[in-house]
Amino acid sequence: MLGQIAYALPFLAEGFALTLWVSLLVVVLSLIAGVILGVGLVYGPAPLRWAVRIFSDTIRGIPILVLIFFVYYGLPAVGVHLQSFWAAVLALTLFKTAQVVEYLRGAVASIPKGQSEAAMAIGLTFRQRLAYVIFPQAFRRFLPPWINGVTDAVKGSALVSLLGITDLMQAINQVIGRTYEAMPLYILGALLYFAVNYALSYASRRLEQRFTFIRE
Amino acid sequence: MGYTLNFNLIWRHFDKLWGGLLLSLELAVISIAIGIVIGLVLAVWYVSAGRVVRGVIAAYVEFIRNVPLILLVYLVFYGLPTVIDVAYSAQTSFVATLALYSGAYLVEVFRSGLEAVPRGQIDAGKAIGLTPWQRLIHVRLPTMMRITLPALSNTFISLFKDTSVASVISVPELTYGAQWINFNTFRIVEVYLVVTAMYLVTGYALLFALRLVERWYRTAR
Amino acid sequence: MATSSSDSPALLDIAEVSKSFGSVEVLRSVSLKVAKGEVVTVIGPSGSGKTTLLRCVNFLESYDSGSIRIDGREVGFRDGGARQRRSEHDLAAMRAETGMVFQSFNLFPHLTAAGNIMLGLTKVRGKSKSEARAIAEHWLGRVGLAHKADSLPAELSGGQQQRVGIARAVAMEPKILLLDEITSALDPELVGEVLAVVRSLAEDGMTMVMVTHEMAFARDASSRIVFMADGGVSAVGPPKEVLAAETTNERLRSFLARFRASQF
Repeated sequence: MLGQIAYALPFLAEGFALTLWVSLLVVVLSLIAGVILGVGLVYGPAPLRWAVRIFSDTIRGIPILVLIFFVYYGLPAVGVHLQSFWAAVLALTLFKTAQVVEYLRGAVASIPKGQSEAAMAIGLTFRQRLAYVIFPQAFRRFLPPWINGVTDAVKGSALVSLLGITDLMQAINQVIGRTYEAMPLYILGALLYFAVNYALSYASRRLEQRFTFIRE
Repeated sequence: MGYTLNFNLIWRHFDKLWGGLLLSLELAVISIAIGIVIGLVLAVWYVSAGRVVRGVIAAYVEFIRNVPLILLVYLVFYGLPTVIDVAYSAQTSFVATLALYSGAYLVEVFRSGLEAVPRGQIDAGKAIGLTPWQRLIHVRLPTMMRITLPALSNTFISLFKDTSVASVISVPELTYGAQWINFNTFRIVEVYLVVTAMYLVTGYALLFALRLVERWYRTAR
Repeated sequence: MATSSSDSPALLDIAEVSKSFGSVEVLRSVSLKVAKGEVVTVIGPSGSGKTTLLRCVNFLESYDSGSIRIDGREVGFRDGGARQRRSEHDLAAMRAETGMVFQSFNLFPHLTAAGNIMLGLTKVRGKSKSEARAIAEHWLGRVGLAHKADSLPAELSGGQQQRVGIARAVAMEPKILLLDEITSALDPELVGEVLAVVRSLAEDGMTMVMVTHEMAFARDASSRIVFMADGGVSAVGPPKEVLAAETTNERLRSFLARFRASQF
């Protein structure tokens, strides 16, 4: 039994690498999109604020699985053909972007109004206030929940196995299909996911401690 | 974009979605109910226990929270029966999985709530001569509920959405119904629009109801 | 120190400014001229509009009618009649002409004491890092904190933070310094060190408008005192006149009575 699993290890490693690759893409793309939309939500004109609010509340209101199926099966139906890999990345990015938007909104909202006023009083323009006063502070509040939420991207990525993408989850199912060693392989998979996510949440806790201004 | 929306086939098979939604809610309610019991017991145990028990409870919580739900669902449905001699339906298997899953999240919610109960309240309970058990029932738990209700509501909504994962072991809940219509009618955009609306309406209705409970709890008695 | 505003041209000219929050009128046609070098203290019960007036001067608050001019230029609205808000860029430039010190300090927590002072100097005044650093050190020395240049706000006491706040404002060489209850958030034993700094700035001829509850300080350091009540100017004049016990102004008398026992 162990021999069979050892034989499958390179295949599992490939799946694991794909899981990490999908997660990384999703995390980076959603960070960019989320910060842009988040700034739009906080500072944008009313129509933009409403659009982002509706986007975020809708995405966060439905299961990720529904979002993944919607994107994967829905896009070809309206004539947009993406490789399943990119459809999966798009769906997960949409889901994660809505989260980033909320983290950013929360981080900016947590900066006291006096900070903006003090920045105005010394004559900084809107962009300067954001760049030198608001963002450097908001960043420190944004980072811990964001890193913590990276685990959601990793966990969510396991759902792309349902689109026939050979990520870690799918690799495990395929090896089980050949070896019938279900339990050891599921546990191995669980440990791999656990290792990645636990390391991430440990990092976020450390950062949280490091980025506190007020040492009490 | 040459796609015209046509909802006729969706309405013809709407019973699949409606029945699916009811099953989703049923799965959520039963799992969460069991999860609350797990969460409460472990949280109360945790705050008064020694290092070993704390370590075991923390290991359970951290393990569940850091592993994808879909893997846990497979593990319980396909994996467990290969090592222990049990037989259960997909639905029972999913409820057991989601109960364990929600338990792990709820331990965290309840634990932080219990630890946020002000020292003075417990002292006041002691001062009027309540036993530890009475203090738990009449002082700590009610205060904890007040503190945790908002976080609790969010966890419940999140767990309701997680029932969609039951579709991967063919439990005919709402997402499964959506896929059935997807594959059998190919009115893909329509079915996911409808299902999105159904999840949103149900989710926000639940949230609204829970907010009412919160308000009632804050003002009652 | 100039003591009168009537004959010298006004540096700050507030003319018939009114403002409402919803149905509440917080400023009712307030007029006030401040000459260069004057120290004007605004006193009054809470809710009398004194802080709002101060915040209108650097346009942290807008106002509904009237005008506020510094050196002849309207602060928040474009020159030439029509009440059109200045562009973001112009507003920033106008605000740099006034300095403001806040009740709650509002130091930037992610920057050191020197960094707080240097931000406006480099980004608004366009000075080089080393120039800005030299100016920051000069002003930190003036407020007695030369040794704290590289401390973060969280490492400073309230009084020290507020002195950095003052240094941050004056380093920009503003035409007018606005002080908004700058000692109200301080422990009593820290008030003195902050007021000493304000006093030394007054001796240098800095034009200041301040809102304060420190009556003894207002009496000693001000050229004029303005008493506000219900959003309007109720009394104005040299400290001796306004703070005189035999004033006939009912509102002023009852306001002062509350302080007299403890402060005089």
